[in-house]
Amino acid sequence: MIRILISNLIRFAVLVFIQVFLLKNIGYYNLATPFLYILFILLLPFETPNFLLFILSFFLGLTVDAFYDTLGINAAACSVLALVRIIFINLTVQRQGLETEPEPKLGIMGFRWFFFYATILTVFHHLTIFFLETFSFSDIKYTLIRIVLSSVFTVFLILLSEFIFFRKKER
Amino acid sequence: MRNLWIFISKYNAFFFFIIFFTCSLILFVKNNSFQRASFINSSNHVIGQAYETMSYVKRYLRLADVNDSLALENARLRNQLKSSFYNDSIEEKTIKDTLLNQQYSFVVAEVVNNSIHHKDNTITINRGKRHGIEKSMGVICPSGVVGIVLNVSDNYATVQSLLHSDTRISASIKENHAFGSLMWGDENYDPRIAILKDIPNHIEVRRGQHVVTTGFSTRFPTGLPIGRVTRTGVKGGESFLNIEVQLSTDFSTLQYVYVIKNVLATEKEQLEAIQPAK
Repeated sequence: MIRILISNLIRFAVLVFIQVFLLKNIGYYNLATPFLYILFILLLPFETPNFLLFILSFFLGLTVDAFYDTLGINAAACSVLALVRIIFINLTVQRQGLETEPEPKLGIMGFRWFFFYATILTVFHHLTIFFLETFSFSDIKYTLIRIVLSSVFTVFLILLSEFIFFRKKER
Repeated sequence: MRNLWIFISKYNAFFFFIIFFTCSLILFVKNNSFQRASFINSSNHVIGQAYETMSYVKRYLRLADVNDSLALENARLRNQLKSSFYNDSIEEKTIKDTLLNQQYSFVVAEVVNNSIHHKDNTITINRGKRHGIEKSMGVICPSGVVGIVLNVSDNYATVQSLLHSDTRISASIKENHAFGSLMWGDENYDPRIAILKDIPNHIEVRRGQHVVTTGFSTRFPTGLPIGRVTRTGVKGGESFLNIEVQLSTDFSTLQYVYVIKNVLATEKEQLEAIQPAK
């Protein structure tokens, strides 16, 4: 239990650090901006209570917002992300067979499940972020292109990091 | 109450979502000036659209009033137009001369109505009693004789044009001073030609000779141009010449005329009206 807590704390710190100091400066002409930090919410244990999940998501979002000077956008997106995560897990995972491994990781859940999991959650998160950022439907084509490209970028980074830690874990 | 609690705890994720999403939205709108501005703007936009639609409908209901006010305004503006002002300034040229006593003075007038295609043509000018116009004054234009004042109102006068079957103007041939009377409308309805009658047979009249006014009547000064002789000849067994005169006045383009005031007219007429004592 304590191991989970500590590993999540470290993950939180590392992901926020990477997000605000590295990925904030990476982008493809403002079209594809990765938001890797959502990996923290993705990797929270299955047994996390909903309330705690929302609190953590909100807090994570606020932290990132503080660095991005966009108070509320990431918090809102993370709230959406938490809801989508709960619904997705409720629909696809049987709670009974998960006593051994409590975390939704690539190595445990298999690539296909994890890929859909990451993709759907990322798309919802990015939809919220970009529509709140533009705050209008006037240039919807541009916004949609941004959402798609950024989602591709983020999912790519999530899978990449998962593969890295997956190998480490196997050792 | 218990059922409600069960319901809420069953769908707790949704309610948590509502709470946190609302919180973040409040933070978001409150702390981001662009989104706040555009949020307020969009609500203003919706309200503005509603107002605009309403006023669009209301405009139709007010059309009658608007039309009335526009018509009133049009009338008011029309009143200010220069053309609707009656030009009251009288341009009357009187020469003060101690050597020669002034006999004729001229009042300029604008032609406001004109006709040339009738048997009896009249002209209306914008000068009347107020400007000293009286009946049977002569009217000329720079190129020649126009006619005789027929009737006068306060601000207007009608002129019996030269192109009137009753008009007789005393005219003479400038070169030999033979005089007759100029008339129009006797088998001749060409507005460019008049007939000079009553010039005896023995006077030699040639084409191109000038026809001018005589000073016999009180209406015109001596020597005003009327026209030129174009044809001459004797008409079946009469002892007078029948002279066709090409009028120098173009009646179809008449715009400004001068009314002639003869200062000495009354004196002359009074003198001529005295019957010789028998």
